[in-house]
Amino acid sequence: MSAPGTDMVSDADPRSGERLMAPVARRIVGVLALVTLAALVIVGLWVAPPDEFQGDAQRLMYIHVPAAWLAYLAFGVTAVSSALYLWPRTRSLVWDRVAGASAELGVVFTALCLLLGSLWGRPVWGVWWAWDARLVTTAVLFFLYLGYLALRRVPATLDVRAKRCAIAALIAFIDVPIVHFSVTWWRTLHQEATVFNPELDAEIHGTMALALWIGVLAFTLLYVYLLDLRYRLEVLDEDRDERELEAAIADRVQGGPPRETVGASS
Amino acid sequence: MSLFQEAALVAGKDLRIEARAKVIGQQIVPFGLIVLLLFAFALDPDRGVLQRVAPGLFWITVLLALLLGVSRSFAVEAENGARDALRMSGLDGSSIFLGKASALAVELLVFEALLTVGVVVLFDVRLASLPPLVVGTVFATVGLAATGTLYGVLAAGIRARETLVPVLLLPVVAPVLLGATRSWESSIDGVPGDAWPWVALLGIFAVLFVGIGMLAFGPLLEES
Amino acid sequence: MPLVVRLRSAVCLLGRFPALAGVDLDVAPGETVLLSGGNGAGKTTLLRLVAGLLPLHQGEGEVMGVNLAEDRRSHRSRVAFVAQDTGCYEDLTVRENLRFATRAAGGDDARVDEAIDALELGRLADVRHGKLSTGQRRRLALAVGIARRPDLYLLDEPHAGLDAPGRAYLDQVLARAAEEGRSVLIASHELEMVRPFASREVVLTNGQADGALDAAGSTPAPAPAEAAEAVEATTLEPTP
Repeated sequence: MSAPGTDMVSDADPRSGERLMAPVARRIVGVLALVTLAALVIVGLWVAPPDEFQGDAQRLMYIHVPAAWLAYLAFGVTAVSSALYLWPRTRSLVWDRVAGASAELGVVFTALCLLLGSLWGRPVWGVWWAWDARLVTTAVLFFLYLGYLALRRVPATLDVRAKRCAIAALIAFIDVPIVHFSVTWWRTLHQEATVFNPELDAEIHGTMALALWIGVLAFTLLYVYLLDLRYRLEVLDEDRDERELEAAIADRVQGGPPRETVGASS
Repeated sequence: MSLFQEAALVAGKDLRIEARAKVIGQQIVPFGLIVLLLFAFALDPDRGVLQRVAPGLFWITVLLALLLGVSRSFAVEAENGARDALRMSGLDGSSIFLGKASALAVELLVFEALLTVGVVVLFDVRLASLPPLVVGTVFATVGLAATGTLYGVLAAGIRARETLVPVLLLPVVAPVLLGATRSWESSIDGVPGDAWPWVALLGIFAVLFVGIGMLAFGPLLEES
Repeated sequence: MPLVVRLRSAVCLLGRFPALAGVDLDVAPGETVLLSGGNGAGKTTLLRLVAGLLPLHQGEGEVMGVNLAEDRRSHRSRVAFVAQDTGCYEDLTVRENLRFATRAAGGDDARVDEAIDALELGRLADVRHGKLSTGQRRRLALAVGIARRPDLYLLDEPHAGLDAPGRAYLDQVLARAAEEGRSVLIASHELEMVRPFASREVVLTNGQADGALDAAGSTPAPAPAEAAEAVEATTLEPTP
C-alpha cells in the first residue's frame, strides 16, 4: 500500500468544523484589524492630547484598556465554549479548539495588560506594582489560565484532553468571581495608603475616549483574526496526528513477521 | 449502598492506609514544623514580626502540606493498578470523591492541630477568640480538601502531575488563603466580629467546591 | 441468545499507538474463549477495552448489551477483571483489601470469607499486601475477582506466577463457568492449561484477531479494507 492514509483524511472523512470562517472573511477581518490598529497608532500617539497630570504615559492606556477588555472577552469565550463542550447535545471538538485558542490569546493579552499597567504605574503611581484589587485579581486570573494552558499541553487523546480541560476551564471561571470578591474585600477592609486614585480615570478628553474605542475595536478584530488562525492551526495539527495514526494502524495490520506467534501464516 | 455509606467505605480505606503508612506523622508533620522554624530564621523573631505574620505563615504551611497530602492520596491509588480497580469497583464517582476528600480533610485537620501548637509555642501567638477560628479552620480545610482532591484526580494519570497540581491548585485556593488568614488575624486580635464574614466566605467556597467535585470527579477519574 | 461481547473493527489506542487495529470478536453466554498470541499482540488491551477501561477509538463494541461508544461504566459491576496487577493497596491486609473490593461491588462479608477459604488464603488473611509473594498476590487477585460473582470474567494471564492452590482453584472456576452461565475471556500463554476448558481459541496478531467470529449466532461484518488485504485468511483448527 503506497502512502497509507494520506488520501484518507481529505476525502474519506468530511469532518465538520474544519474552519471557523471562510478564508475570505478572515482576510477581511485581518485587513480591518490592520487598518484600525494603524488608526489607533495615529489617534493615540498624535491626535489625542497628552494627559494633564500623567503626560504621555497616559497613552499606554490606549493599549492597556483594550488588552484588559480582550483578556476578559477571551476567558469568557473559553468558559462558554468549555460549557458547550461538556453539554452532551452540543459536544464537539469545535468548542474544545475554540476554548484552547481563546485561552491562549487571553493569557497573552492578560500578560500584555499587566506589563503595560506596570510600565504605566511606575511614572504615574511611582511603583511598578500596587496591591490594588483589580491588579491582584488580574494576576490570579493570569495564573489560573496559565495552569489551564499547561494542562492543554499534556499529551492525551483529543477527547480526554477536551473533557479534562473543559472541566478545568469551568472551575477556573467559577473561581474568578470568588477571587475578585475576596481580594476586593481584603483591600477595602485594610485601608492602606493606596496610590491608586479612581478619579484619574474619570476625566477623559473627547479624543482620548475616541482613541480608547478605536483600541477596543482594533483589538477585538485582531482577536477574531488570531482566534481563527489558531483554530486552523489546531485543525491542521489534529489532521497530521490523524494521518500518522492511520499510517500506524496500517503498519500494525500489515505488521512485520510477528514475533513468537502461534500458528499464524504470513 | 447509599452515597454516604460508599463515601464512608472509601474514607475508611484511605484513613486506614494513612494510619498504617504513618506518612503524615513521620513526614508531613515534621515538615510543617521545620517550615515554622525556617520562617523564624528568615524573619527576625525578636521584633514581633512573627506574631504579626503567624496566621499567614500558618496557612502557607497548610497549603504546602495540602500539596503533599493530595500527592499521597493519589499515589496510593497508583500502586498495583488500584485506580483501575477503583474504576471497576462499581462505586459512584461522587462517593469516591466525598470519601477521598473527607479522608484528606481529616488528615489536614490533624496536621493543623499540631501546627497550631507549633505556632503557639514557637511564635508566642495567643488565640483570643476561638469560635470563629475553629469554624473558619474547618471550612477552609473542607474547601482545601475538596479542591485538592478534584485537582488530584484531574492530574492522576499525568506524568508531570507533581508539578502540574501546584500550578493548577494554588491560584484556585487563593481566596481560601485570604479568608483563612484574615479570620485568624481577627480571632487573634480578639475581634471576632471581623472574622465571621471571612468564615462565611470560606463556607461558601467549601460548599461550592464540594458540589463541583461531586459532579466532576467521576468523569475525571474515567479520563485518568 | 444475545452475545456477551461483540466487537466489530474495534480500534483501541495506547497513547498514539493502535494496540488494537480493527478487531472482530464475539463471545456467547457461558462460553470460555482463549485469547492467545505473542507479547504485544494486543491481548491485555482487548481485555481492558471489554472492561470499559479504555475508550473505543473506532469501530463498534458492545458488552452485555451496553454500547461501549456511549457508556463504558454500566456493565462494569457485572464484570470481574483479573489483571496482571492485583489492584490492591500495599498497606492493607488480604482481608481488608478483599472486604473493600467486595463491599464496593455490593457484596457482603460472607463472600469475603468464602473467597478466602476457596483460595486457601486463611493463613494470610491478616498479612499486608506488601508482604505477599508473587504467587500469593496472584491468588488474592483471583479471590477479589470471584468474590464479585461476575457474569463475565476477564482474566489476564491468570496462570502466570500462580501457585499450586491457585491453579487448582482456577481450574474449578473455568470448569464451572459454563454451567453457572458465566462467560470467560482469558488471555494466556499457557495454552495447554486453558484449552481443556475453552470452547474456542482466538489468536491475536498485531492487533488483529483470527477465529473470533465462530460464536453461535454471530454474523461477520465486512472487515476494513486494509485488514482484509493484510491478513490472509489463516485457518485455525478449532480446539476440541
